Amino acid sequence: MPDRKIAPHIKDAVEYKLVLKHPDQFKLANGVDVYSLNAGTEEVVQIEWVFKAGNWFEKKKNLSSATNFLIKNGTKKRTAYQINEYVDFYGAYLSRSCYNETAVVTLHCLSRHLENVLPLVQELFTDAVFPEEELNIYRQNMKQKLAVNLKKCDFIAGRKIDELLFGINHPYGVYSAVEDYDAISKSELEVYYAQYYKTGHCTIFSAGILPPHFEKLMNDFFGGLPFNQQAIVEPKHEIVAADQKQWNIINDVDGVQGSVRIARPFPTRTHPDFPKVQVLNALFGGFFGSRLMTNIREDKGYTYGIYSFLVNHIHGGAWMISTEAGREVCEATVKEVYHEMQRLREGEIGNDELLLVKNYLIGTLLGDLDGPFQIIGRWKNLILNGLDEKYFYNAVDTIKHIDASELNKMAIKYLNPEEFYELVVV
Amino acid sequence: MLGNGLKVLVHTDQSTPMAVVNVLYDVGARDENPEQTGFAHLFEHLMFGGSVHIPDYDDPLQLAGGENNAYTTNDLTNYYCQLPAENLETAFWLESDRMLSLAFGKKSLDVQRKVVCEEFKEHYINKPYGDVWHIMRGLTYKNHPYRWMTIGKELSHVENATLEDVKQFFFKHYTPSNAILVVAGNVTIDNVRLLAEKWFGDIPSGEKYIRMLPKEEEQQEERRMTVHRKVPLDAIYKTWHMCGRLDDDYYATDLLTDILGGGASSRLYQALVKEQQLFSGINCFHFGSLDNGIITIEGQLVKGVAMKDAEDAIEKELDKVKQHLIDERELQKVQNKTESVMAFEDMSVMNRAGSLAYYELLGDGEMMNTEFKKYQEVTVTDLNRLANQILVPSNSNTLWYLAEN
Repeated sequence: MPDRKIAPHIKDAVEYKLVLKHPDQFKLANGVDVYSLNAGTEEVVQIEWVFKAGNWFEKKKNLSSATNFLIKNGTKKRTAYQINEYVDFYGAYLSRSCYNETAVVTLHCLSRHLENVLPLVQELFTDAVFPEEELNIYRQNMKQKLAVNLKKCDFIAGRKIDELLFGINHPYGVYSAVEDYDAISKSELEVYYAQYYKTGHCTIFSAGILPPHFEKLMNDFFGGLPFNQQAIVEPKHEIVAADQKQWNIINDVDGVQGSVRIARPFPTRTHPDFPKVQVLNALFGGFFGSRLMTNIREDKGYTYGIYSFLVNHIHGGAWMISTEAGREVCEATVKEVYHEMQRLREGEIGNDELLLVKNYLIGTLLGDLDGPFQIIGRWKNLILNGLDEKYFYNAVDTIKHIDASELNKMAIKYLNPEEFYELVVV
Repeated sequence: MLGNGLKVLVHTDQSTPMAVVNVLYDVGARDENPEQTGFAHLFEHLMFGGSVHIPDYDDPLQLAGGENNAYTTNDLTNYYCQLPAENLETAFWLESDRMLSLAFGKKSLDVQRKVVCEEFKEHYINKPYGDVWHIMRGLTYKNHPYRWMTIGKELSHVENATLEDVKQFFFKHYTPSNAILVVAGNVTIDNVRLLAEKWFGDIPSGEKYIRMLPKEEEQQEERRMTVHRKVPLDAIYKTWHMCGRLDDDYYATDLLTDILGGGASSRLYQALVKEQQLFSGINCFHFGSLDNGIITIEGQLVKGVAMKDAEDAIEKELDKVKQHLIDERELQKVQNKTESVMAFEDMSVMNRAGSLAYYELLGDGEMMNTEFKKYQEVTVTDLNRLANQILVPSNSNTLWYLAEN
């Protein structure tokens, strides 16, 4: 019978050598960069077409997200239904997402159906027509969705805290009112599409089990399109953070829970403190064993979960704490968050705790690098942020070697309650 | 299988540096006492509150570079962790100790009762339409314990849980003979065999729990209900009883829900959202329950549309699948989609381990490799027969969820 009181010997995860597998890279005839990672155990592929077409570039609210959403709702040759039916028939998934700087069209399908689906994807980038009828349905459904979301404290809190950090006129802080959806027209979508998709700037990321003639295939369908022919002018947007730090908003008088957001501006990943604070953040509120979770969930039972995280946009970021807590304990929750900040500024971080966080971070990184989609995802992040694998290895090195006193310095530098916005929505 | 009845399955994949340990307990919300609902799920929380020899589950796992989670359904409770393969034994140590016995600390129970209550509020009270499934389960099931949700029928059941109740539940359900252990990833069968014997071999087998659940009688007539809530938009919910997971008709029923409401080219979406513009969103799906389950359609109405007109339009679409055979191409479409879903699900070792445990619970882990064939065998006649058998008024439950004012 084993002695159950004694933990089995472990290899410290910090002793692992992490390797970020390199993707293949080639250029299409039109200059579009394609990154591809041919790996995996299942016969599936994922391809992402990333355009510089996020809300950073729009001159009117929702133009970027509406163009992105409706790009697959009709082309010169096919109706929205025909497109959907075609994609579904091959068991493929064609999704689109709009972010701040980029807007993406993503294809998932079985490797053997790739050749059938690519012509359709090409059509979206050459011949999308944005039918009036589709725009009307979109407007109506988005307005209804917004009406439902406005009842949720977490939704209100999420957009308000971004407004406080970046300003309502900044792409990172902007949000929609119901009437904004009425203001966009078919012709505006067409113009946005022509500029930012049809003749826009595209980068392609692909992963999975790719066919042997993948490069030729991509060139045939996308190498001849007028992408990347002219430089995209990047508008300048100034961050205007709010003056008032403390906010209490009442959204639902009968609500049983409140949304708590506590956040401060924070530099982007290119700042030398960024990787260090990533470790400090993990310890503070970045995982289940963090101090915030241990205190506020596991000791006090105020919430189902509490997390802190770094918001890393390309042009500016934030450090944020987020939770949904019982209405009557929201105030106590905020107090405990500040208390944990104080402990990090004033107290010592024990070696056991630090080793645990380091092992956890490396162990999950090891798990995260498992699988082609995850690996290409990391590369996409690096490349779109103008970074390379040196950044990744530096971050790994920081996790392995940072000590308690350095973390303490970071806490003193950044975890000062007076620099945080504090928002409670009940 | 070990001497104490614990089933052990191994899935090796040398392409990953990680190992996954998945422990499935054959206990879900359906096994709860009607007066003490929410227990299986509360229990899932308590499983992280320390075991008999180890004060904390998470710390040692995280120290070994691992992460974990768990979920409870109406049918089962599943715990899984992933860690670097060299540290596999840590997972054995932790999982076996909590199967042996929990610490049953008062503090852990006190705190987790509160945490679960906050979870209840976050997902089911403080959210528009959050109480829908509470109402719909109660309307659809009259006898079977599927009539309550995993989170519990009411907050008080969890609030009133005592240590004694918790202990009883543990020793009844958390035994080797009620569990399935799957070890996957960069492991060898020999090593898993060795570790399983070492850590799980001496756990007393306990009494095998014999499940005797009240059977749901066949529904004889249509049930309807209307509620008014503080939500911005009207919504409609309909359910129909369907077969269980092991029935031959399960696969065709699954595909039928896909035809009706599985995505952008499905019938309900195309007809009611795009063409007639009565709904802003509509879905059809089923719960995949082990015992006889339910098919459901849920739709959010476009503002200003009359509920009666919306419901009639749904019925008209259902009539079409009842009266006409669907096109072979449409069947092939949903079969292709299913094949694709299965391939993407199988990408991660963690998912494969979970699936393997689930299929073993169904009776045979090998089913994982033969499932798709069952979908391929479905015919358009099967779909038509099932539509006529299931989607009839006497088998239906309808909820009008209306916005106040």
